[in-house]
Amino acid sequence: MSIIRMNQMLVKRTMSLWFDTLVSLLDAPLADAVIFGVHIDGHLFLETLLVVVIAFLLLQKSYQPEKRPLTEQEIDQLCDEWTPEPLHPPITKEMELSPPVLESAAGPHTVVNGKDVINLSSANYLGLIGHPKIKEACNAALEKYGVGACGPRGFYGTIDVHMDLEAKIAQFMGTPDSILYSYGLATVSSVIPAFCKRGDLILADEGVNWGIQNGLFLSRSTVRYFKHNDMASLEALLEDVRQEDRRKKKVLNRRFIVVEAIYQNSGEMVPLDTVVRLKEKYLFRVLVDESNSIGVLGKTGRGLSEHFNIPVEKIDIITSAMGHSLASVGGFCTGSAKVVDHQRLSGAGYCFSAALPPFLASASITALELLEDNPVLLTRLRRNISFFRSKLATIPGVVVGGHALSPLIFLHLQRSGSFAEDSVILQQIVDKMLEEGVLLSASKRSLLDKCKLGAGIRIMVTASHTEAELLSVSSSLGNVIQSVVAAQS
Amino acid sequence: MKIPYYVILPSYFAYALGFIFGHLRDFVSFFRNHVDKPPKGYAPLCRDFEDFYTRRMYRRIQDCFNRPIASAPNTWIDVIERVSHDNVTLVRTKNTRRCINLGSYNYLGFAAQDEYCTPRVIECLEKFGASACASRVECGTSILHEELERVIAKFVGKPAAMVYGMGYATNSTTLPALIGKGGLIISDMLNHSSIVAGARSSGAKVAVFQHNSPSHLEQVLRKSIAEGQPRTHRPWKKIVVVVEGIYSMEGEICRLREIVALTKRYKAYLYLDEAHSIGVIGKTGRGLCELQGIDTEDVSVMMGTFTKSFGSCGGYIAGSEDLVKYLRYVSPGHLYATAMSPPAVQQVLSALKVLMGEDGTDRGMKKLAAVRENSNFFREELQKMGCEVLGDEDSPIMPIMLYIPATIPAFSRECLARNVAVVSVGFPATPVFLGRARICISAAHTREDLNQALKVIGEVCDICQLKYYPPPQLSWKEKARLKEKEKNL
Repeated sequence: MSIIRMNQMLVKRTMSLWFDTLVSLLDAPLADAVIFGVHIDGHLFLETLLVVVIAFLLLQKSYQPEKRPLTEQEIDQLCDEWTPEPLHPPITKEMELSPPVLESAAGPHTVVNGKDVINLSSANYLGLIGHPKIKEACNAALEKYGVGACGPRGFYGTIDVHMDLEAKIAQFMGTPDSILYSYGLATVSSVIPAFCKRGDLILADEGVNWGIQNGLFLSRSTVRYFKHNDMASLEALLEDVRQEDRRKKKVLNRRFIVVEAIYQNSGEMVPLDTVVRLKEKYLFRVLVDESNSIGVLGKTGRGLSEHFNIPVEKIDIITSAMGHSLASVGGFCTGSAKVVDHQRLSGAGYCFSAALPPFLASASITALELLEDNPVLLTRLRRNISFFRSKLATIPGVVVGGHALSPLIFLHLQRSGSFAEDSVILQQIVDKMLEEGVLLSASKRSLLDKCKLGAGIRIMVTASHTEAELLSVSSSLGNVIQSVVAAQS
Repeated sequence: MKIPYYVILPSYFAYALGFIFGHLRDFVSFFRNHVDKPPKGYAPLCRDFEDFYTRRMYRRIQDCFNRPIASAPNTWIDVIERVSHDNVTLVRTKNTRRCINLGSYNYLGFAAQDEYCTPRVIECLEKFGASACASRVECGTSILHEELERVIAKFVGKPAAMVYGMGYATNSTTLPALIGKGGLIISDMLNHSSIVAGARSSGAKVAVFQHNSPSHLEQVLRKSIAEGQPRTHRPWKKIVVVVEGIYSMEGEICRLREIVALTKRYKAYLYLDEAHSIGVIGKTGRGLCELQGIDTEDVSVMMGTFTKSFGSCGGYIAGSEDLVKYLRYVSPGHLYATAMSPPAVQQVLSALKVLMGEDGTDRGMKKLAAVRENSNFFREELQKMGCEVLGDEDSPIMPIMLYIPATIPAFSRECLARNVAVVSVGFPATPVFLGRARICISAAHTREDLNQALKVIGEVCDICQLKYYPPPQLSWKEKARLKEKEKNL
């Protein structure tokens, strides 16, 4: 046999000898042990040892790098490196707004730059600015109460004229009670969050004004928009909601449809009868912002519900600003007693803001009384609106927007581009019209506004304008628009 | 502040009892079907737990709030008495009670008729009407508005200013215009509701620092800049720190000097709300920067209201010219909201003229000195009596701590019965166990008025056991020694 083979055999023999010794060593102490009928021997001992080792390894935590919080020097360095944006972006030419500065009251005629001009940019629909009765009431209030209310409504800011005005509004609108806010913009922004919280559903028109958009955002509820003044789109959305309800068993939440009576951004009127029919079919509540329709629509000026002959109880919440036909400042909200009562503690603009100055409340009371005693104001306003619209329709190059009964008339360019481009052209028209002796205003939109409706010239017709004035305005408009549009093309 | 045990345990007990009884009543009324159920298929307009506090806790003491007055909010007012026939609603009666007014914000005494201001306001009403019924960019800007913006900018010490028609709307429409998504607003824990509304509307992330604590503000700043935006850890676009000059529920003056040092070091912008401090503190009434000798350049945006010291309504924002131009272009409060009422503008202009001495008299300086003297005198006397009074020196707001919830209505009713009108507040305007009676001193209060008020408050504090820090009791030896001294004198 070769030496290699002899070596192999030697190794094998040594290995088996060692192994046998090991096994016999392990076997020896437990050689005759029997526990629970299981013969204990070396194999069992080795297997147990293996199981213990595997268990120990599994229970070890996996390697993780040490968590080291930032040191003070590192935070200092990050703070030094950080450069913030400037507080506001650089001012461009289009940001330099220079509105007309009035030197007299904003009535149907006003004085700008020493010149008397016809004023069509004030929402003074009934022509009550400067009315002697309102001046008398305001004078009396100023003599008695001073100017400010010097406190919020909860802390001695409630003056008897506020309570009188709330009672008067409730009596005028035919509702049990109403609540007064000291600013039109803050009214609807406070009402919506008071009734809608996270988890509630609101369907709003996509053309609603910024106050409503702000209220919708602050309420944290789910908001879905339907196409501007499109009832088919609203119905489709309502059907969608119903389908979703059937699929998922949801908790019953508060649901609102939010519309404006006459839209601030387009002058369109919402078909309230359709909205009420839909709300009753799909079990929603409705909130209507009647800023531009109180004192305008309806036989006695009670707004959209009177115009459509719908009992006012069917509309859950009505809000309105008083800075339009009522020739004052502020806003109100009316509805059932529960609606009004709830806002006295949860309306943010009511609880945490100073009360309306008493003389403005007196002005509103007098305006409402004048409206009740002189329905001829409404007929005059309606006549002026229809006359002016018919004259404006004859001007080429522009499209007359807004409902036939709306005192807020929009003039959109026929060849319209983006909002910014249109605004430039419209501003040129407005500036030229001011030189001709007519005060108009083009629509301005904030960067924070989500509304996507087109730009236009906003013309606000009042009951105090005469037909002769409106005729002269429409002919000047025709000339100016022709010249500006011709210059563009 | 450390509240003693013998005060906090009864408070817990009182709230728990009110809670249990409230729920018991709810249960009984549900059982007896007194709950007004909404129509079938509709969710209730106000959720149960939202309404619980109003119905069961607030309604018990509702006669202490929303008290109507029948006169100007001057130093003496006619509080209208109300009765309840059904324990739910309060109805006006024809009776009034003449009381000393310690609740209205009338720091310089411009609340009612003023010999310089009122004739000018009435003249302005004659010329400009009560309202322009349009926004500032349409036809709401008049020569008065421009003059006010110039004058207030000069008064406050900034290059330019803009004016809004409501103080609440100033904050809630300017903050969204300054900062948006990707920015951070760090606001004091006890900031006013309008700042909270504005911060939430902006879409920026909001962080809070402990009340008036520059050290905690530094911690929050360092942590925010080091960590960046949540989840993405991108650096913040900008950081705005919002503080108030005088906090309306504490009477404390902001530690502006340290906060300005921090904002300069960490490159954050500073927004100062001087609603209660403009026209009151500082040698000539120019607010916190004058009092603490801080350069107005270091405060990026200065905001204030005209309701408190000037007896009018509205607010202003002062800053650099470019900032104001940008805000005029973007802020919805400027583009959409009704312009400030011209008589209110005239009131502020006249009040500022009086304050600056430009009316030819020194009434302005006298008023400033009077409000300071009255505040310090009243606070000292209250502290001598043993009441716990908050607020810094020179601050016209002094809350008397009540703590125990039952004392909130008790203090208010007992004072009214003795012809002193005070404001007592509890949850939610203040933290739950920190109910207080807030006193606002005016320059028009005479020494006799204040002494009478002090006598009444002393009596009521004895009845309600509010003298938490009674003066040290002298031993009979020390009393005898004092008597000897007085005899010798």
